[in-house]
Amino acid sequence: MPDLTTSYLGLSLKNPLVASASPLSKKIDSVQRLEEAGASAIVMYSLFEEQINHESRELDHFLNRGSHSYAEAISYFPDMTYYNMGVSAYLKHLEMVKRMVSIPVIGSLNGVSPGTWVEYAKQIEDAGADALELNIYYLPTDPILSSAALEESYVELVRNVRSEIKIPLALKLSPFFTSLPAIARRFVQAGADGLVLFNRFYQPDFDLENLEVVPNLELSNSSDLRLPLRWIAILYGRIETDFALTSGVHSHQDVIKAMMAGAKVVMLASELLAHGIGRLTELRRDLENWLEENEYSSIRQMQGSMSQKSVAEPAAFERANYLRALNTFDAYHY
Amino acid sequence: MRAIFWGLGSDGTVGANKNSIKIIGEETKNYAQGYFVYDSKKSGSVTTSHLRFGPNPIHAPYLIEQASFIACHQFSFLERVNVLKSAMPGGVFLLNSPYGPEEVWQYLPCEVQQDLINKQLHFYVVDALKVAKESGMGGRINTVMQTCFFAISGVLPRDQAIAHIKESIKKSYGKRGDAVVKQNWQAIDQTLANLYEVKVSKEVTAVLTRRPTVPAQAPSFIHRVLAPMIAGDGDMLPVSALPVDGTYPSGTTQWEKRNIGLEVPAWETDLCIQCGKCAFVCPHAVIRQKVYDPAYLQDAPATFLSVPAHYKEFPGMQYSLQVSPEDCTGCGLCVEACPAKDKSMVSRKAINMVEQPPVREREKTNWEFFLTLPEVDRTQLHLTTIKNSQLMEPLFEFSGACSGCGETPYVKLVSQLFGDRTVVANATGCSSIYGGNLPTTPWSINQEGRGPAWSNSLFEDNAEFGLGMRVSLDQKMAYAQEVLPHFVAQLGEELVQALLTADQSSEAGIKAQRERVAELKEKLAWSDAPLAYDLLSVADALVRKSVWIIGGDGWAYDIGYGGLDHVLASGRNVKVLILDTEVYSNTGGQASKSTPRAAVAKFAASGKGLAKKDLGMLAMSYGYVYVARVAMGASDQQTLNAFLEAEAYDGPALIIAYSHCIAHGIEMRKGLEQQKLAVQSGLWPLYRYNPALIDQGKNPLILDSKEPSVPLETYAYNETRYRMLLQSDEGRAKQLMQEAKQDVVSHWKHYQQMVALFEPDEAAQDKENTHA
Repeated sequence: MPDLTTSYLGLSLKNPLVASASPLSKKIDSVQRLEEAGASAIVMYSLFEEQINHESRELDHFLNRGSHSYAEAISYFPDMTYYNMGVSAYLKHLEMVKRMVSIPVIGSLNGVSPGTWVEYAKQIEDAGADALELNIYYLPTDPILSSAALEESYVELVRNVRSEIKIPLALKLSPFFTSLPAIARRFVQAGADGLVLFNRFYQPDFDLENLEVVPNLELSNSSDLRLPLRWIAILYGRIETDFALTSGVHSHQDVIKAMMAGAKVVMLASELLAHGIGRLTELRRDLENWLEENEYSSIRQMQGSMSQKSVAEPAAFERANYLRALNTFDAYHY
Repeated sequence: MRAIFWGLGSDGTVGANKNSIKIIGEETKNYAQGYFVYDSKKSGSVTTSHLRFGPNPIHAPYLIEQASFIACHQFSFLERVNVLKSAMPGGVFLLNSPYGPEEVWQYLPCEVQQDLINKQLHFYVVDALKVAKESGMGGRINTVMQTCFFAISGVLPRDQAIAHIKESIKKSYGKRGDAVVKQNWQAIDQTLANLYEVKVSKEVTAVLTRRPTVPAQAPSFIHRVLAPMIAGDGDMLPVSALPVDGTYPSGTTQWEKRNIGLEVPAWETDLCIQCGKCAFVCPHAVIRQKVYDPAYLQDAPATFLSVPAHYKEFPGMQYSLQVSPEDCTGCGLCVEACPAKDKSMVSRKAINMVEQPPVREREKTNWEFFLTLPEVDRTQLHLTTIKNSQLMEPLFEFSGACSGCGETPYVKLVSQLFGDRTVVANATGCSSIYGGNLPTTPWSINQEGRGPAWSNSLFEDNAEFGLGMRVSLDQKMAYAQEVLPHFVAQLGEELVQALLTADQSSEAGIKAQRERVAELKEKLAWSDAPLAYDLLSVADALVRKSVWIIGGDGWAYDIGYGGLDHVLASGRNVKVLILDTEVYSNTGGQASKSTPRAAVAKFAASGKGLAKKDLGMLAMSYGYVYVARVAMGASDQQTLNAFLEAEAYDGPALIIAYSHCIAHGIEMRKGLEQQKLAVQSGLWPLYRYNPALIDQGKNPLILDSKEPSVPLETYAYNETRYRMLLQSDEGRAKQLMQEAKQDVVSHWKHYQQMVALFEPDEAAQDKENTHA
């Protein structure tokens, strides 16, 4: 039986299959099922400060609106004695999840202001999270805001959070950095224990009938694997940190590729949402079989084995790969 | 200390004052008293708070007449209300002003300047809206003004007062989330830096004067009786000024120019397709369209917009869409309904909201000109399209309903389609408040001086009240028909026969009958026979009337249901319109039997656990009642069809109309979108059951909406009434939502089975055809 154990952010994990931040972690029973199916750790759904503030303000707005303005109707809603609002709801849920499962639970946070990032990070730590993932989901649209300034604010954020919490800290990144290795290095220097590549941005679509911009949530597929695969392969060995690959992991082959590129774990959501939590069990079994068939004794053995540093032709990951891909395409089609 | 606060209902003034009373009553040794005066409007309502504080018990069961502190929370009040009439000499005047201490003087009407000088008032300004907006509070300036009151009045030491205000905010709103507390606290912290005392000039320099309450050209009754009520001086009217029988003139809202819309729609002629949808959905009848002869444009103001009309019935005519800027409440439903978008910039539609003040005078002039254009001849149009229906003059306009109200567009439609022959029995509720409360009446009259007749009885007997109207009209008609043959000599055989056998199924037929009745009246005018007097007193009943029984779900589903059932069962020709908001809206959102499962309402604070009563199905079970379920935001055409069919049906008809409401906790501008989602989710299936189709061998039940295609949550969780249960009791919310989803499925199946059940028996039909 090959050894599937791995370590991520200093946490010892029984296998590299981690459930990534998704609606699955919103329900206690699905969290339990994730553990039963073989997930080695769970990343909680993200605490979005902006969303919490928005919900609070919206509730307040609608409960207040129209009140005290007409003699026969002083208000239009009963005001409840308690609302499960704000960060406390997230923390309470996190505590509950921790109580119900024995695998590590990683908190996930998306803040707005520097003060609240730190405040919430501490609260997530206090609620019992084994690690924290910062989700820096920010889409700059202001032409005045330079990439240098934005990167500096990210680094500052990591530094601030790092100095306030003791649990391991991971950073979930988008692929949109001019020089990913440079910023990755700065993040690690600022105190990140791991990098999660990459955050998927859901790109809005256009509805041509109504001429409206509409949200479009599409689950990933295996071709989405390539981007994080390439970058982990490039960064592995260059940046001393733990890598987690997220986006596009749908089969045991995808998991193996991620490991070979240099990831310590893969994170899954789309595959489980599309085909059920039971897929974890199948992936784990397929992974084991593949390792056995191909005579690998452990996962650790293959981690980084096909990173840029380890392959015969390092240029395959760089520009040459692009040219070769185009040439192959021409030869094949014309 | 005696203090008066002038506020808008929406700015939170009353709530803040109640809170101030609590703070003073609990934290000082003072006694405190508060009384709050509201007007009868649901949009742009003016509130006056009368507060007394002092070391001795207060025995003053009357409003404050001499106030040492007066606060005006809305700058715009100065041009229409005498806010300083009760100011004591040497007192304080606090004004929420967009103008700072150096410039505010020049923007004050001369009456205000005069009072400030004569009464030697201490004058303070604060830009509360700026502070509130910067703190994320939007238009709620209450905590800012409350802080100013404590800071100026000195009832408590400043720091102590601020600490108490903050504490009470945390206590009241803390459970809604930190963000709410933080924004309020931020507003309080920013207030004092924006509060200034103004040096009062020694002389009046203003050119501006307070606007007259009603325009000079208003009729005498308006000036004598209604204007004092509008100005808030109704208590000063002698009883003798009021009509002895309680009959008030209609069409009087037009004189009460409230100017409450901060934004109003503007028409883009190049994009408009003249579909009439904006006018159809307008809750206050402030967007209207007319088609007219180009010759009328000779006297048009230079800025009046006009384009060639796209109506096949009216070749060579011009078309205008006009907004009444002073009556618009700025809800934006028209923009939401507009289907025409600019191909180069999709945010620009054929109608868009623009700031009201810069366009007010221009559009007011254009509106006045627009009113002089002739109305379209009702007999020349088929009303079966939205665009044609909106050429009909609305006889229900500028009511005090909420901005973006979901009920009033249906009421207005009745007034357009059935015009001056409409007779309305109105149940108590929102529609009786905006429909017939003082000071002014939105039910209006046409150019011939005729309009709908409207009355409001009680909550529990409205259906019977309307049935009484029908019975008396029918009785009058029967009597007129009975005595008519006695007047063949005076009227002529032809006229008598025509009066007796008139086909009044069309506008043209009704017009012809009206002309005959006029001829009858003229010919009998000089007769002194007692029977002729009788006939003259009932002759108008020979013209077909349309009796509408209107009310909300609290009336129809609950309190008036017994009567409604009785009236429907009577088989008489009455039309019932239920403005279904699914709660008792007028009294603040109590649950009715119409409240849907999983929604929170008062008396159903843990979410309604049982399904909504299917009133339509109950009515349908009689077999001879026309029943329609409509939602104009989902299908305006189906709505129009239902109203026309209901009226044409010679028997009882019931229309259940989805009416979005502030008690749903939605942005009212999105009301039409919610209606659409309600239908798409299957919560509100659209159908028409027309018994008249049975005689034609057709299926009487038509399901007008498609199979549910949107998850119920997509509709429901846009609304606070559903979402707040999720926020307060997630487990129950999910359980009820699950059950509500099952309701949707089972109702849909049930309706489909009903359609199949009503399918005419082919064999029976074949047999019938063979005999024929």
